[in-house]
Amino acid sequence: MPGQSVFPRLEPLLPRVRKPVQYVGGEGNSTVKPWESAVVRWCLMYPDAYEVGLPNQGLQILYEVLNEQPDVLAERTYAVLPDLEALLREHDVPQFTVDAHRPVGDFDLLGVSFASEHGYLNLLTALDLAGIPLHAADRGDEHPLVIAGGHSAFNPEPVAGFIDAAVLGDGEQAVLDITDVVRTFKDAGSPGGRTELLTRLARRRLVYVPAFFDVSYRDDGPIDAVTPNRDDIPARPAKHTLTDLDSWPYPKAPLVPLAETVHERMSVEIFRGCTRGCRFCQAGMITRPVRERSIDTIGAMIDTGLSATGFNEVGLLSLSSADHSEIGALATQLADRYEGTATSLSLPSTRVDAFNVTLANEFSRNGRRSGLTFAPEGGSERLRKVINKMVSEEDLIRTVSTAYAQGWRQVKLYFMCGLPTETDEDVLGIARLAREVIRAGRKASGHRDIRCTVSIGGFVPKPHTPFQWVGQAPWEVTDQRLQLLRDTVRADREISRAVGFRYHDGRPGIIEGLLARGDRRVGRVIERVWREGGRFDGWSEHFSFERWERSAAAELEPLGLSLDWFTTRERPENEVLPWDHLDAGLDRDWLWSDWQDALRGAAEVEDCRWTPCYDCGVCPTTGSQIEIGPTRRTLLPLTPVAPLPARTPPAAEEPASTSAATVATVATGKEKARAAAAP
Amino acid sequence: MPPRRPEGPPPPPPVARVRLRFAKRGRLRFLSQLDLARTFERGLRRARVPVAFSAGFSPHPKVSWIGGVPTGAASETEFVEISLTVDVDPEALRVALDAALPPGFDLVECVPAVGGSLAERIEASRWSIRVPGVPVDDVASALDLLLARESVEVERRTKSGRALVDVRRAVICGVCRADAHDCAILDVVVRHTTPAVRPDDVLTALGVVSPLTFPVPPEPTRLEQGLIRSDGTLADPLAAPSGAPHHSETGRLASRLTA
Repeated sequence: MPGQSVFPRLEPLLPRVRKPVQYVGGEGNSTVKPWESAVVRWCLMYPDAYEVGLPNQGLQILYEVLNEQPDVLAERTYAVLPDLEALLREHDVPQFTVDAHRPVGDFDLLGVSFASEHGYLNLLTALDLAGIPLHAADRGDEHPLVIAGGHSAFNPEPVAGFIDAAVLGDGEQAVLDITDVVRTFKDAGSPGGRTELLTRLARRRLVYVPAFFDVSYRDDGPIDAVTPNRDDIPARPAKHTLTDLDSWPYPKAPLVPLAETVHERMSVEIFRGCTRGCRFCQAGMITRPVRERSIDTIGAMIDTGLSATGFNEVGLLSLSSADHSEIGALATQLADRYEGTATSLSLPSTRVDAFNVTLANEFSRNGRRSGLTFAPEGGSERLRKVINKMVSEEDLIRTVSTAYAQGWRQVKLYFMCGLPTETDEDVLGIARLAREVIRAGRKASGHRDIRCTVSIGGFVPKPHTPFQWVGQAPWEVTDQRLQLLRDTVRADREISRAVGFRYHDGRPGIIEGLLARGDRRVGRVIERVWREGGRFDGWSEHFSFERWERSAAAELEPLGLSLDWFTTRERPENEVLPWDHLDAGLDRDWLWSDWQDALRGAAEVEDCRWTPCYDCGVCPTTGSQIEIGPTRRTLLPLTPVAPLPARTPPAAEEPASTSAATVATVATGKEKARAAAAP
Repeated sequence: MPPRRPEGPPPPPPVARVRLRFAKRGRLRFLSQLDLARTFERGLRRARVPVAFSAGFSPHPKVSWIGGVPTGAASETEFVEISLTVDVDPEALRVALDAALPPGFDLVECVPAVGGSLAERIEASRWSIRVPGVPVDDVASALDLLLARESVEVERRTKSGRALVDVRRAVICGVCRADAHDCAILDVVVRHTTPAVRPDDVLTALGVVSPLTFPVPPEPTRLEQGLIRSDGTLADPLAAPSGAPHHSETGRLASRLTA
């Protein structure tokens, strides 16, 4: 019978794996509905380990939005670690959901959230364990529709063969609309099967169905054309853009995991989108325009969320949180509200200016001032101009001086290596900046006990950005520059002990680059790597560059292509890019001219929230507009809650009252136990 | 520059303490002690229990765990003590907090902390270990072999490496029976030692003294904790001081208990 729990078969395997608690479900605010109560059943997957996937906001939002529908059920599944994967195969237990431990293959839809390309291999594992054919073309009406979402779904071509459809952009309204189509289709007795359902979804502009598009290639490698192979669907699938975030205050009751996860806090998204215009930033390009949540909605979400979860930390999320139009008022009012409650507030992404330090001070009123993070991204003024991250050295020094003077002991600086036009000099600029930061910090704080941590990530060009055409820096170049930088910092005795240095080698970035800008031919490489044991690519202990290199050579060379062709090769303007037929709202000509401006060293592109529109194309194409404050509203007062009653002092014989309590309580405990025993 | 101090008044002082007995049941047996602690602290906040906090930059709720239960093992009787800033009704606290904890992490009793320390009233545990997939007679004879020995050491991993623990010396008594489904149930009373002898160690020891292997992982459940009475039962540490022995009675105990 479909929807039957596999827990009785899973449970004996759990004592044999690492961290079994990640597979038992039972999270606070999780939802289990009877299988028969739902017409449309979604399984939502985050294709990484539970500890990484559980806190994911996107998945939690969709989970709650879907479960609010009376005739819809949504459950979650995560990538099982290799130790459990082996046991599941040995004992023939399928990929399961953590909510009711139902087989993933029994659901109508499997929605997979690709926050990054690292999840591709894990999707294949889950499909295989679920008994769903890896290739969409081999699936029948009895299999779930596999739908990809998340930022990487903006170029789903490398996984086009493994998914049935992709959703571009914001998912809240989109999953409800997809649910409506599936409900109507099932109510009508599923006429025409899988292909008809996909056609209906594509026709309603809800999803991109790769199978409805043919790709032809030129003899010298690039794509010749991407053409729809049927005339009843839109030729350019487009992204979904949610408006009025105040009417979508999700998650209302965030999940509270029993297992330890990477983010032990409650998160509230204070706005979506970013128009700072950093040219490397895919998130900033594909999530436009900026849509703020108003300060009172944020306050209400934090209040209900904390009451529903018991978390003691709140993170205010967005791509650049200090840019919220009322962040100052929000910080002060929240700090006032939660003073003395042992609740901490955090602002994860930071901007280089003194106001930011004031904000951080407010957020840490009663906490330790440990570390502040700033992201200049580029080591030299010239390079920062190329990437349109306009931070002057003077700003940075002034900001960190303020921070050190106000008791912050450590400043973290984020940079990228391998940026377009970068030279050794630009990277060595990072060492110079670090020295200036330490000097300024010692001066401002009056002592030598301060630290600066420099974190460096490798730049990977991403689709739908002005840098989508660039040749990625070869990993050898990245590694050599990082080596040079490290040696330079170490040799500088004035600062070498005060500067921490964090970086990764350049090789994983090349594979990320292959998957980010690849076309459908890269799917064969992914499949081969997976068949040869590739799993959990985002984890350095599992990642094998050698396996990717070998598989890429085997699958691409016969086609006259190579790993380099997809990564380090610069694309000409007229080359058809694999994602050109997918509409992120951005005008391709604007992206190209912005790329040319970067090379020319043209003037800064300013933020369109405060300066005139520069025609990136998003608002007119998506029918949306910037939604920002200030609203000049304030946080609403908290709802008072009745305290626990005081203890009535016992007359003389305390034992009598306690034993009475015992009798009453055992029953309650047992009732809860029964609920737990029936997952 | 003088070190920063937290702004605002210091946290209110504790005025009362309560002891809680809780059970870890069903699939929640896979929680580790750290998972339990995290879940418990969130439950305290959700239930708005007026728990006392330590002072300083990172205030911590004043929660003391008495012992700990291994990951994978269930328990009907674990103890935790908390300090309160308001002397609230223990039963109201229990009901509110129990509702704020996930099913399977069940609060079964809450009493004011009176008398001496709880830890001093606990010296042993009674474990009931379900052993599926092994004939009852095989388990029973392995247990006989174990109890017939003076000492049986097994190796186990600890935080600081490997250690030898003497299982036999810690096992006070034991009995093997069959449940309604003819599955072997091993009942053992184990003295708390350092390092602790866990149910897993007892099973390993059975494998040392006999050819016993476990095709399916056994499921241990702690049933009781307390001071050992002369009849081999354990005295409930939350019972009124008068109802429990003030010292161990193991000296008067036979080495094997019959059911």
